[in-house]
Amino acid sequence: MATNNNRPISPHLQAYKLPLTGIISITHRMTGVLLSVGLVAFVYIVSAVAGGATDYADMQAFMDVWIIKLIYWGFVYALFFHLCHGVRHLIWDAGRSFDSETLNSYAVCELAASVILTLATLFM
Amino acid sequence: MHYRTPLSRVLGLGSAQKGTGHWWMQRVTAVALIPLSFFAIGLLDSSFNAPYADTVKWLASPLHSTIIIAWILAVFYHAALGLQVVIEDYVAVEAAKITAIWSVNLVFFLLAVAAVIAVLRIISSAG
Repeated sequence: MATNNNRPISPHLQAYKLPLTGIISITHRMTGVLLSVGLVAFVYIVSAVAGGATDYADMQAFMDVWIIKLIYWGFVYALFFHLCHGVRHLIWDAGRSFDSETLNSYAVCELAASVILTLATLFM
Repeated sequence: MHYRTPLSRVLGLGSAQKGTGHWWMQRVTAVALIPLSFFAIGLLDSSFNAPYADTVKWLASPLHSTIIIAWILAVFYHAALGLQVVIEDYVAVEAAKITAIWSVNLVFFLLAVAAVIAVLRIISSAG
């Protein structure tokens, strides 16, 4: 099938400064892709638990490395960001909150909520 | 009245009669994942910090193992659906697009099976 690859693209990212809502929108997609890749790590972790006490201890030692810990907390934040913006998508699906004032105030709300949820998990 | 030619249907242009299925399942799994994800974080937190016996005991409880297996099924499905949309948006060449989508589906299906089997092994090791 012939595909036209020369169609116009919009918004043109080199000429158009994304508003906060636009940045959040693309971040939702990026966190979704990252979290999907992170599921491979989940399979490793749960398999280590299934593998017995020795595998478990090895996995704990690996997850205790500071850079790995940092990456893990990045993933926790990505999860809560994706969750908070996902809730907003569900609200949009119900046909609500499309006016620009609500869009911007909710953008700040979901950023705050995702940080609070991450910190709550960190200090739980 | 059918205004579409049989050829356009064969070429995959226009409606395939299942347009909302993907969108709907993305939403259904999303809603399910909101509460379930907190338990997944609970399992990870226990796995990184608690002694081996405690994590096994936590996961072997019928409530927790049910929730974690439900989370696994929902999250891998949700991830595959989401990655499909991303691939469809950025890969224009038809052959590469279909290959990428079905490679992702296959990999995530296998990962989900591996995760569920790991949970079942943990349950059986708890005796």
